[in-house]
Amino acid sequence: MITLLEAHALHHRFGRTAALDDVSLTLRRHEILAIVGESGSGKTTLLNALSGRLTPQRGDILYDDGGGPRALASCGEVVLRKLQRARWGYIAQDPRSALRLDISAGGNIGERLMASGARHYGDIRAIATHWLEAVEIDPARLDDLPRYFSGGMLQRLQIAATLVTAPELVFMDEPTGGLDVSVQARILDLIRSLVRRLGLAVVLVTHDIGVARLLADRLIVMRHGRIVESGLTDQVLDDPHDEYTQLLVASVLPA
Amino acid sequence: MQGYNFAYLDEQTKRMIRRAVLKAVAIPGHQVPFASREMPLPYGWGTGGIQLTAALIGPDDVLKVIDQGADDTTNAVSIRSFFARVAGVRTTTRTTEASLIQTRHRIPETPLRADQIIIYQVPMPDPLYRLEPSRPVARRLHAMVDYGAMHVKLYEDITRFGRVAVSYDHPVMVNQRYLMSPSPIPAFDNPKLHRSPALQLFGAGREKRIYAVPPFTSVVSLDFEDHEFNPQRAPQTCALCGSTTSYLDEMVIDDQGGRMFACSDTDFCEQQRQAQHDHAA
Ligand SMILES: Nc1ncnc2c1ncn2[C@@H]1O[C@H](COP(=O)(O)OP(=O)(O)OP(=O)(O)O)[C@@H](O)[C@H]1O
Ligand SMILES: [Mg+2]
Repeated sequence: MITLLEAHALHHRFGRTAALDDVSLTLRRHEILAIVGESGSGKTTLLNALSGRLTPQRGDILYDDGGGPRALASCGEVVLRKLQRARWGYIAQDPRSALRLDISAGGNIGERLMASGARHYGDIRAIATHWLEAVEIDPARLDDLPRYFSGGMLQRLQIAATLVTAPELVFMDEPTGGLDVSVQARILDLIRSLVRRLGLAVVLVTHDIGVARLLADRLIVMRHGRIVESGLTDQVLDDPHDEYTQLLVASVLPA
Repeated sequence: MQGYNFAYLDEQTKRMIRRAVLKAVAIPGHQVPFASREMPLPYGWGTGGIQLTAALIGPDDVLKVIDQGADDTTNAVSIRSFFARVAGVRTTTRTTEASLIQTRHRIPETPLRADQIIIYQVPMPDPLYRLEPSRPVARRLHAMVDYGAMHVKLYEDITRFGRVAVSYDHPVMVNQRYLMSPSPIPAFDNPKLHRSPALQLFGAGREKRIYAVPPFTSVVSLDFEDHEFNPQRAPQTCALCGSTTSYLDEMVIDDQGGRMFACSDTDFCEQQRQAQHDHAA
């Protein structure tokens, strides 16, 4: 398998806090990598660095768009924005921060298409309708404002609005974190089936070991900005070597 | 006029504005900041346009001032007499005679020539203003050619109103690069911006921005392939000159609520009538 994204020795401090302390990792094409760890361990900081939203103070991030690995830092802001607008996606915990609530569901889904040059109104609507169906929202809601959607529906809409450009790499930060437990399970199933069907590579941040077990091929465990353990999800969870990982697994997994 | 420099502004200010103009011409559609000066007229009166005119006008220029198509509104008359006073230049109401045209809300019906400059008064220079209230963020969007949000707005207009609904200030792409506000001209006038032989300059006094469309530059109104930009004109005939092609204003003509349609461009209307008169004689 080919490496899609690579991080080398990332360091980042906020004041005296080492949010990233010598973090290296690789992500292969079509692979789902979970980042787990307690609150404040640096998961979001790492995700933001990998997705080009934050420039780490030290270290390199390489992305291979098919033409060979290239450092994000060297590709320039215009190229990076283009990547973020189409080939990459970012799904935030709070869909309200990512969606435009005063724009119809169709307009929200269409935005990334239009930002990448789509100029046929009818086609944009047809694709948006298709995506509403794919995330199990009634297509009759195409022209409705998301302002009145439930939390679960908003998260589905954010997923549709992100995947509509067929990205190859999607970053997710606690995508079910803000939802009721009953809604969480259905969204996780949806994410799992879409990710497999579309062959996406995903970097998923979660503090929920159950979510990681359900979705991820591989896992890294973070603590105080460092990676304390990494490996295949089942191996790490069934046979954790690091003491901290053992605690993490023991406290969450049902007996 | 005593106590004033030629055309009111001091030479240093004029040079500063001309430098901004040169930069604007070099980057078509890009908003260039400039140190807007206080003018002896309120902002709503087009101080951005007035400063551009003051910086560019020379003793041999002939100035025309248009306000919503007309030469005879208070605003147009004041600006014209201001420059007659402070620069001693000739003024005119005829588009063909003018070398410099300052305008608010209209482009003349008579096609402009390469030896003319048209200066637009602009209240709000950034078309992203309503979508992105933060200035620095909007600047980044321009830098990244990140105009998806503007298309989303047009998408919503079609979805709600069935058409690209902006009848004034319809946004344009200049030279396939910068999204630009054409100022509050009717969408009907947008096609006149495209590949015009005249130099087109835009001045926003309060917002302190100058931008430009150099001669023969591509200016394309935003639209969709299956909902093409289609500017509306009242389907009537001008009651005064009979024009069926010019942009019309609807006016109330008596206190019984009687109405009529007439050319918004008063000079064009007069020329049409003059031509008919000459033809009949
Ligand atoms: N913008 C910031 N300014 C200052 N400190 C920050 C900032 N962002 C993060 N930190 C600190 O860096 C550390 C890592 O934060 P980060 O948000 O990456 O953790 P996390 O693992 O995502 O936590 P959570 O599970 O609570 O979301 C924390 O100590 C946090 O307080
Ligand atoms: Mg976090």
